[in-house]
Amino acid sequence: MPKDHGIGASPKRREDVRFLTGAGNYTDDINVHGQAYVHFLRSDLAHGKINGIDTSAAEAMPGVVRIFTGKDFEGVGGLPCGWQVTDKHGEVMKEPAHPVLAQGKVRHVGDPIAAVVADSLEQARTAAEAIVLDIEELPAVVDMNKALEPGATKVHDDLSDNLCYDWQFGTDTETTDAAFKNAAHVTTLELVNNRLVANPMEPRVAVGQYSRAGGDYTLYTTSQNPHVIRLLMGAFVLGIPEHKLRVVAPDVGGGFGTKIFHYAEEAFCTFAAKACNRPVKWTSTRSEAFMSDAHGRDHVTKIELALDKDNNFTAVRTDTKANMGAYLSTFSSSVPTWLHGTLMAGNYRTPAVQVNVKAVFTNTVPVDAYRGAGRPEATFQLERVIDMAARELGVDPIALRRQNFITQFPYATPVAVEYDTGDYEATMAKMEELMDIPGFAARRAASEKNGKLRGLGINCFIEACGIAPSNLVGQLGARAGLYDAATVRVNATGSISVMVGAHSHGQGHETVFPQVVAEMLGIDESMIDIVHGDTSKIPFGMGTYGSRSLAVCGSAMVRATEKIINKAKKIAGHLLEASDSDIELKDGMFSVAGTDKSVAWGDVTLAAYVPHNYPLEDIEPGLEETAFYDPANFTYPAGAYACEVEVDPETGKVTIEKFVSADDFGNVVNPMIVEGQVHGGIAQGIGQALLENCAYDENGQLLSASYMDYAMPRADDIPHMAHYVVDHSCQTPCTHNPLGVKGCGEAGAIGSPPTVVNAVIDALHSGGHTHVKHIDMPVTPSRVWAAMNSQ
Amino acid sequence: MYSFDIQRPTSLADAVAALATDEALPLGGGQTLIPTLKQRLSAPSVLVSLSGIAEMKGVCTNDDGALCIGGGTTHATVAREATSYPGLAALAAKIGDPAVRNRGTIGGSLANNDPSACYPAAALGSGATIITNTRSIAADDYFQGMFATALDEGEIVTEVRFPVPEKSCYMKFEQPASRFALVGVFVAKYADGVRVAVTGASEEGVFRWTEAEEALSSNFAPEAVEGLSVSGDGMISDLHGSGTYRAHLVGVMTKRAVAAAI
Ligand SMILES: Cc1cc2nc3c(=O)[nH]c(=O)nc-3n(C[C@H](O)[C@H](O)[C@H](O)COP(=O)(O)OP(=O)(O)OC[C@H]3O[C@@H](n4cnc5c(N)ncnc54)[C@H](O)[C@@H]3O)c2cc1C
Repeated sequence: MPKDHGIGASPKRREDVRFLTGAGNYTDDINVHGQAYVHFLRSDLAHGKINGIDTSAAEAMPGVVRIFTGKDFEGVGGLPCGWQVTDKHGEVMKEPAHPVLAQGKVRHVGDPIAAVVADSLEQARTAAEAIVLDIEELPAVVDMNKALEPGATKVHDDLSDNLCYDWQFGTDTETTDAAFKNAAHVTTLELVNNRLVANPMEPRVAVGQYSRAGGDYTLYTTSQNPHVIRLLMGAFVLGIPEHKLRVVAPDVGGGFGTKIFHYAEEAFCTFAAKACNRPVKWTSTRSEAFMSDAHGRDHVTKIELALDKDNNFTAVRTDTKANMGAYLSTFSSSVPTWLHGTLMAGNYRTPAVQVNVKAVFTNTVPVDAYRGAGRPEATFQLERVIDMAARELGVDPIALRRQNFITQFPYATPVAVEYDTGDYEATMAKMEELMDIPGFAARRAASEKNGKLRGLGINCFIEACGIAPSNLVGQLGARAGLYDAATVRVNATGSISVMVGAHSHGQGHETVFPQVVAEMLGIDESMIDIVHGDTSKIPFGMGTYGSRSLAVCGSAMVRATEKIINKAKKIAGHLLEASDSDIELKDGMFSVAGTDKSVAWGDVTLAAYVPHNYPLEDIEPGLEETAFYDPANFTYPAGAYACEVEVDPETGKVTIEKFVSADDFGNVVNPMIVEGQVHGGIAQGIGQALLENCAYDENGQLLSASYMDYAMPRADDIPHMAHYVVDHSCQTPCTHNPLGVKGCGEAGAIGSPPTVVNAVIDALHSGGHTHVKHIDMPVTPSRVWAAMNSQ
Repeated sequence: MYSFDIQRPTSLADAVAALATDEALPLGGGQTLIPTLKQRLSAPSVLVSLSGIAEMKGVCTNDDGALCIGGGTTHATVAREATSYPGLAALAAKIGDPAVRNRGTIGGSLANNDPSACYPAAALGSGATIITNTRSIAADDYFQGMFATALDEGEIVTEVRFPVPEKSCYMKFEQPASRFALVGVFVAKYADGVRVAVTGASEEGVFRWTEAEEALSSNFAPEAVEGLSVSGDGMISDLHGSGTYRAHLVGVMTKRAVAAAI
């Protein structure tokens, strides 16, 4: 019988009532009395030298409050990068200045040059058109290989070249080379992990506010982590101490990583609110989002896989160029290194794994974490090369993977991480069962009757969530800790507010977190609410990304709730005239073990706040506890995915006919929400695999700058629910956090792209197009057709 | 958006008069024009909304048996009411999404003549007549390249008359992002011959594939176009497909349109 409440139940998402009835409170819904509006004049050149900005005519235009340029920010810090990577020569990465408004040069299409603050947005836009720019166009570097050529135009004149860092990780070169020398077979694949635009439904918004009376600032912003913004903007950019800066991230309409980072517009609105002595609001248009939200992925990789004569993997070597764009976004440097290199062992026992990454500056929008961040890039190359090896060797791709699975846990990989637990065989078997692999031949035959080629794609993945512990990530270059915090505030009548550092922007925390507390206390979920997204209300929080909310912040909440239970037992013990060690809590009742004496949850909480009959000499009144939790390790969700595609050989169009995911997320608190997360992740992965393509021309102009050219996945791109099964019944609980949970937010986006591409290649081979070894994503009709007809 | 005045005439005569103002533009469903205004790519002083003009709306059949569609008729109405011309109704039903179909108009689409739009293929493929407030223009003379038509400034498409074919079909291969036609082929079989019009493919906008028309006029069967091809030269080449690919799709879509029409 499925549970109807607490851990393991699937109550409907309580936040959806407001989201679906238009009662949400998004940042753009916030209008502060007297606010002015800012319009950013953005560069339409990818690279140029600023010789002059004449704002005089614009300043005289109706409604203009003030116009800002880079000069106004000379006394202010630049946007910081949160992770310092040390390269293979022991040198720290190059970290160019990232001014709030361009200074000296513009470096990508969309780089903000000037900001016009006016009474209305239309007035600001009109005035911006009267700004006279004298910008000398410079050659743009777009292609990473060209950017690294000696003598290439430099994105940053004060750096020696466009190489941010040259990083190496894992097995040493001598051992790796020897493994390749002794290999019976080597498979080599060059591929691109396509650049993506995250495109959350809600574009970014910022409202800055300043009070002269107290010298206090408030920033309302579309952020996944308001405390991180307070820290970065307050300490590094504007020099505002925490107690004078409140950052609020109210309802946020999706983030997918791109709302982690601290952006120029946030710093601008906060700064300008004081400079203009008026609240200042910015709402991104969708067109602006395409050229100012950090992009995702954009890796170019060569991967080699060595196998011995029995098809055991003996070595993996990868060589990646990772596009940083024009500036280092907040966590950009960590994505191709610590979030990517550490996953290159995958689910396999490969003894030697070496990862090489060159990070490159180009005249493009900065690139940073996007759903999965580094782990999709790792999975894609590894699982593509394994599939290719299976094809070259003529062995079954499932058998080849299975033969090389890690089966003993804990398992220390050659790339520094230790998988605490897992059962890759179980998820593989589950996937095979749900996919009905034996029935594939008949389904292929049926497709062929209709003139279509059918392919089956298999994929395994491992990922790392809840990146931690802080002392380790500190050694690796992180400039922040990666713990989280929660305060459980029990009110006098027994209702509870839980202040959590994890921000919910679609994930469903408001439903899930109360399930955990309710289970622990044995009370009804409706008595518990979550408070998040406001630095003035919650103790601290590193925010939501990397599938960390439940594993890290949820653990803090469990710890705080345990403290509550301990104190409540003391109070109950006093009320029941028993020792607190004899008190048991069950179904919201405190009872003395072995007796029928009991007192209800509400009586205890009331006693805490109306302490007439209370052990005041032993414990304080009130019932509120805070816990900070710093995990001992990452968590390692893993799974096996499969899909079947049909390819129309005349047009190259690919349709996904069937998709199965078998994930191991450890323990699951709300199965419905987990399934929703996986559905969404797979949809985004299908988007990357088949549709999404952020493309620049050689002059650095964005070719896919709107939905006219940037294809997002739509409902009819995803298989019908009847052929779309997401399963999470294989559960090996995480061994080091109190809930045994692993995180499920990114799995779908990590596991699905190689699944789809493997299936397309399989389909083409079945149609005799055996010369097609690989097609880069997105696998569009024109690319498939071109590949089929390439010989 | 720059500021502008808006007029909402209820008769064609008033609309024509209002459009005589300098820098006035007609507003159909606004599905193309409003986004253009929002991006400040156009700055009319007056917008003359055509949506309140009853005489420009609706679908009917005239004495010659032609299907007559008012220039202000929405795609949704055509999809629902052009029952005597199923190939055309099906085309209208696949333009954009429900919001676009409930606002966008046939007059607006033909006036705009987007090289990837669907209606131009139907109008040219049916040998339709475009009626304006001043004259009648044969489809063969109307389309003059990407976004270019025979319309004069201030001229309003009031009606489009489609001779109804014996058989017809529009096959659209969607551009993955916009879902406009990457290549769309409209095939219509009349007693006196077959017309084939292609949209989405050419840098010159919608065109007739005369070679296929001849072959299909003597044998209206998919095999008739087997072996025929258009050249990739002069075809649009972009992120979504090369000229060669588009040229290839012209053949495939024509064959499929014929197969579906039979
Ligand atoms: C999301 C989306 C998807 C779309 N998908 C498709 C698609 O798949 N296929 C397709 O063909 N189209 C598609 N369209 C375009 C749509 O069909 C538009 O409705 C059409 O292009 C313009 O018609 P409108 O009535 O909205 O014209 P408007 O946008 O109002 O006007 C367009 C132009 O025509 C002029 N104009 C308008 N009416 C008249 C008239 N009666 N006489 C003279 N000039 C006039 C205007 O002044 C303006 O210059 C799509 C649009 C959107 C927004």
